[in-house]
Amino acid sequence: MKKLDQVNSTCVPLPIEDVDTDQIIPARFLKATTKEGFGDNLFRDWRYEKDDSPKEDFVLNNAIYSGTILVAGRNFGCGSSREHAAWALGDYGFQVVVSSFFADIFKGNAMNNGILPITVTQEFLDEIFRAIEADPEAKLSVSLTKQSIAIEGSDAKQSFEIDPYKKMCLLNGYDDIDYLISIKDQIEAHEVAQP
Amino acid sequence: MAKTLFDKIWDAHTVTTVDGGMCVIYIDQHLIHEVTSPQAFQGLRDRGLQVARPAKTLATADHNVPTKNQHLPIVEELSRYQVAKLDENCRDFGVTVYGLGHDKQGIVHVIGPELGITQPGMTIVCGDSHTSTHGAFGSIAFGIGTSQVEQVLASQCLILQKPKRMRITVDGELALGVLSKDIILYIISKLTAAGGTGHFIEYAGSTIRSLSMEARMTICNMSIEMGARGGMIAPDETTYEYVEGREKAPQGAEWDRKLALWKELYTDADAVFDTEYHFDAADIAPMVTYGTNPGMGMQVTDHIPSGNQSESFAKSLDYMGLEKGKSLLEHPVQYVFIGSCTNSRIEDLRLVADFVKGRQVAENITAWVVPGSQQVRKQAVAEGIDQVLIEAGFDFREAGCSACLAMNEDKIPAGAYCVSTSNRNFEGRQGPGARTILASPLMAAATAVEGKIVDVRAYLQHEEA
Repeated sequence: MKKLDQVNSTCVPLPIEDVDTDQIIPARFLKATTKEGFGDNLFRDWRYEKDDSPKEDFVLNNAIYSGTILVAGRNFGCGSSREHAAWALGDYGFQVVVSSFFADIFKGNAMNNGILPITVTQEFLDEIFRAIEADPEAKLSVSLTKQSIAIEGSDAKQSFEIDPYKKMCLLNGYDDIDYLISIKDQIEAHEVAQP
Repeated sequence: MAKTLFDKIWDAHTVTTVDGGMCVIYIDQHLIHEVTSPQAFQGLRDRGLQVARPAKTLATADHNVPTKNQHLPIVEELSRYQVAKLDENCRDFGVTVYGLGHDKQGIVHVIGPELGITQPGMTIVCGDSHTSTHGAFGSIAFGIGTSQVEQVLASQCLILQKPKRMRITVDGELALGVLSKDIILYIISKLTAAGGTGHFIEYAGSTIRSLSMEARMTICNMSIEMGARGGMIAPDETTYEYVEGREKAPQGAEWDRKLALWKELYTDADAVFDTEYHFDAADIAPMVTYGTNPGMGMQVTDHIPSGNQSESFAKSLDYMGLEKGKSLLEHPVQYVFIGSCTNSRIEDLRLVADFVKGRQVAENITAWVVPGSQQVRKQAVAEGIDQVLIEAGFDFREAGCSACLAMNEDKIPAGAYCVSTSNRNFEGRQGPGARTILASPLMAAATAVEGKIVDVRAYLQHEEA
């Protein structure tokens, strides 16, 4: 897993609520047996017409918006547990997703793939959307070490919560298997102690 | 200290905590299917690891399988490859697989319970969000991502944040024609698609207690549709009776020993929940959804809310081709899908067969009934349900996830309306451009017969009179 700490980037705004993982990556693209290449089909049905031509009004097809931070409406990533959604976002190039609310499974999947989901207040989220609308070049500055997110060139700043263990994993590029394998004896002792 | 049912099972499965924060939770049963496992098996290979507990792992093929001519090779190349890859991975790692063609194959959340694998007090995971289904037995069951599938394969454990506890109590008697599907669609419509996020739900109350195991599974199945990690119901006589005698259920002295343990699985009288909701069964009527998430539901006699001014709401109605303030009664429909891990069990099929016996599917309707497993299909055939359905004009197909998620050959065409007993009405869920209206098996059967959305209660009252 790639390490992640400081991210300064322009943003891609997606002010839609309840974005489900079927929109992030439709089921018909889940037939791959590797983790690569899902970025091409990220938001497939919002991004492309049936004949594969780009839908011009979708944000990923609008050249004025770019960057490695996706800013999305509340309840992002609801629905299916498919980790392909996190793979697609990562493969496309996103390192951070900002929303006022994340679905649980998506949040876990993102962190297990070196993508940082940042939960901010609805007011701060709206402020980010307004900043991007006023200037598509507006940048966010994210520090995982400091657990802070700020709109560059303004006073708008928030701290965010993250479990200390998951923070350590993201900063160092560790995953849970490394840890679980290291406590094998404890797991076996737990099995033996079962009623 | 007073504990909830959830706490009792969680604490019993906590191996340790990571610096006092996240918990290492032991997993009793790992269920696997072809879509979310190949990358996990590859991860094991890359790290030179084995499956830690093959005996606690079971695989089946469900998402990709065709529901016609299952004896023939899968036509679509990628689906065929993914299903074959599951067989290969399971063979390489010593995991039992009920693959395509096996007489125990079926939707993973249908076969777990029917084989007696799902038992009270267990922790159960699967790379599928509807794993919450198994909570109906008083187990902690939830969906996980592929990285976590790999973690469980490698260690039989997961590192998890302990969720908050929510209790939803439903009391009273259900009206005629109101099914457990209506209960859960009603609850989600009240709590919204995000209302359960961060929580694990316990369903309680006299209404819930009165339900069969299959009806309870329908409720727990859709817990994820309000964002909850899972949903559970404390085991009782109904549960024990369902589990006893099943193939993988404990037998003899082991049964007695387990039963004594299961009888301790209840929420203590003074245990505290983070969040509580109460509903009255008398307020629940047959439900339909009108939007593109399961929270956008209403009683079939209601009108689509006109007060919501959000862009997301408007986008959703636009996709559905529906308007604010309108009723869905009499709305024309082209497809009816009865199936999925939500409503594809034998009781669902019996209800539908009873309703359509002596009736005919309307000419404008393509109607599919897809049993959840080979065993359900076999039972339906033994009871003559297949003949009733076929005579009424249904296409009675073979077991699989089918048109719930359109990953296989079963898809709803763009623009078409489908009344579906499945769990998600997301954009494109049943095929690009398809418009899904979620409902109970009875509502779906009535829609199939009338060719448009109707209130099933009218027919039932008529028959009673």
